[in-house]
Amino acid sequence: MSRETEAGEDRLESDIATADARASGGDVAVQVEGLWKIFGRNADRVFNSDLRQLSKTELQAKTGNIVALRDVSFEVKSGELFVLMGLSGSGKSTLIRTLIRLIEPTAGTVRIDGADVLSMPPRDLLEFRRHSISMVFQNYGLLPHHTVLQNAAYGLKLRGDDKDSREERARATLETVGLSGWEEYSPAALSGGMQQRVGLARALATDPDILLMDEPFSGLDPLIRRQLQDEFIDLQDQIGKTIVFVTHDLHEALKLGDRIAIMRDGEIVQVAEPEEILSNPHDDYVRAFTQDAPVARVYSASTVMEDPDVLLYRWQGPRAAHTELARAKHDWAFMVDKKHRYLGICTHDLVDGLIEKKVKSIDENDLDRPEPVSPDVLIEDLFGLVSAESYPLPVTDDQGRLLGVIRPRAVLEALHTPEEEGSDA
Amino acid sequence: MLEYPEWLRIPLAEWVDAVMDWILANLGGVFDWIGDVGLQVLLAVEHALLFVPWFVLVIAVGALAWRLIGKWTFGLGMAVMLLLVGVFGYWVEAMTTLSVVIVSVAIAVGIGIPAGILMAWSNPVKRVLTPILDAMQTMPSFVYLIPALMLFGLGRVPATFATLIYAIPPVIRLTDVGIREVPGDTIEAAKAFGANRWNLLFDVQLPLARPSIMVGINQTTMMALAMVVIGSMIGNRGLGMEVLLAINRVQIGKGFEAGLAIVFLAIVIDRITNAFAKGRPAKVTDAGEKTTLKG
Repeated sequence: MSRETEAGEDRLESDIATADARASGGDVAVQVEGLWKIFGRNADRVFNSDLRQLSKTELQAKTGNIVALRDVSFEVKSGELFVLMGLSGSGKSTLIRTLIRLIEPTAGTVRIDGADVLSMPPRDLLEFRRHSISMVFQNYGLLPHHTVLQNAAYGLKLRGDDKDSREERARATLETVGLSGWEEYSPAALSGGMQQRVGLARALATDPDILLMDEPFSGLDPLIRRQLQDEFIDLQDQIGKTIVFVTHDLHEALKLGDRIAIMRDGEIVQVAEPEEILSNPHDDYVRAFTQDAPVARVYSASTVMEDPDVLLYRWQGPRAAHTELARAKHDWAFMVDKKHRYLGICTHDLVDGLIEKKVKSIDENDLDRPEPVSPDVLIEDLFGLVSAESYPLPVTDDQGRLLGVIRPRAVLEALHTPEEEGSDA
Repeated sequence: MLEYPEWLRIPLAEWVDAVMDWILANLGGVFDWIGDVGLQVLLAVEHALLFVPWFVLVIAVGALAWRLIGKWTFGLGMAVMLLLVGVFGYWVEAMTTLSVVIVSVAIAVGIGIPAGILMAWSNPVKRVLTPILDAMQTMPSFVYLIPALMLFGLGRVPATFATLIYAIPPVIRLTDVGIREVPGDTIEAAKAFGANRWNLLFDVQLPLARPSIMVGINQTTMMALAMVVIGSMIGNRGLGMEVLLAINRVQIGKGFEAGLAIVFLAIVIDRITNAFAKGRPAKVTDAGEKTTLKG
């Protein structure tokens, strides 16, 4: 995966463009019709009676049965990234599991690439899971006693590939998810984000037609989550899989989805492209979701980041720094090293003091060093930081490289113009 | 009038006797054959243990303990304890006892792990087996000696049989517990990639249940050792017999020696099987250190 740092808006536009291209000409890869899942005793009897017309809470009070899916129908086109979004308990995780019968639905049909999944005999179902479809789980579901390589190769092992070829393939897949060199480690030695890369590698290694992802990034901390989302978008641009993606996070849904299905109480409330969901919510429930997403919650630091006016380099001496600052008429400037890594803020006073003491170089430990932020931090979270800082906020990537600065003014502007931003989109 | 009425009794004892009589009359040949084969196996194991020179066994146990725990003091301690058994003059008896323990534990594991797997897979099987296992563990161990005696006569074969019955519950229970405690999401993930029942068992359930199963084997081994001593009452030679003789002759010092020999043997067996149960955690720690270096 590449580590591009292009601005979020550009990415959103290019994504929508490719999504449109795919959506227009694609075949139907996943077709779900009238899918029901009722948990509890005598589920079939409840389904075949009038009881199924009762609301979720009424039925639960009356018989103890829980309706997890109620007459769900949707289609996913080939190459599309289809997001199922809803609060917990809305049935999204149940729905994605019924697609490969990890949970058996009570009624309905599921067709994947034309095959009727629900009527498959056990042997065919195993073959279908081994060859045509893969899944990525929120809790990774890795085998703790296997190495990273063995985990990535597990799907291939199950379908009977010999050791050499499956390891070769697994190595290649681990490389695409950025885990070269980690093959022989135990998953327990890896961070959550890296474990999920293993989960992704395992899913991709079998080269499935369809990828199911159940809240794959939800368990990760926000910075890692956004980094993986970005890398995943790049990866999807290359591989163009058909993906069913479950999330409870609107931001994630808007960022990744070609189309989004919003679920409530086991039903799909609205299926639409992200723009449509935001601009034309089907009902109050969807609106409540989208209102939860003001600009400050959807857009990240990278959208309000600017280039610094002056930049000083570590290897410049105090005199050179003095000249630079004087030329730009600045009292201070950010300083970076040879690899463009953020070191701190170099002030006029510090430089003058060093020149007086005839010191020839600038020690990075003398610099003021406001904590940098990641480009993926949401604007809303920046608010407290910028008002507390006298300097603009430095923005760095995960290698510590300075990407830009955020001035308090830019954050305030972003917070105060939500309507304009909304109608722009 | 207030005494317990005679008509409200069932003659369970007579029924059990009748069943045993029937078994002896009809299946006696089968048990004779099992007894013969069992005796050959037990003797072979004992001969093998005695064929190895004592010092080789002492050094081998020390080295194994050292390797498993990683501390040479631990290995030395284990070697010394085993040596003390010989110092007290009970080397041969200890090997006899050990041979019964080894054979009964091997059979217990061979039956117990599959039984535990069935128990974990099927709730009905669990419902049937649980009270049986409870009974097996609460029944006074002497009770097992009686049918063992009737089926196999006197000697080490009935002692092994009684030991097997007495010692098998922990390995069954802990196999069941270990498999049931495998996290559902790991199972689900394996299923999603097309794992069938056997893939699940060998790739996921047994490896993840391994620590629990090893604890079960450790407990089974300790119970077997305890029972082997009791088995001396039906003619099983070995350390238990020495204790029994000492009690009968009121030789306190001799009984103490034989008792200590049993304790040392128990400690050596316990620590070594326990070390197997814990496995070697070194791998994860190593990788963890490398991770911080690299990342």
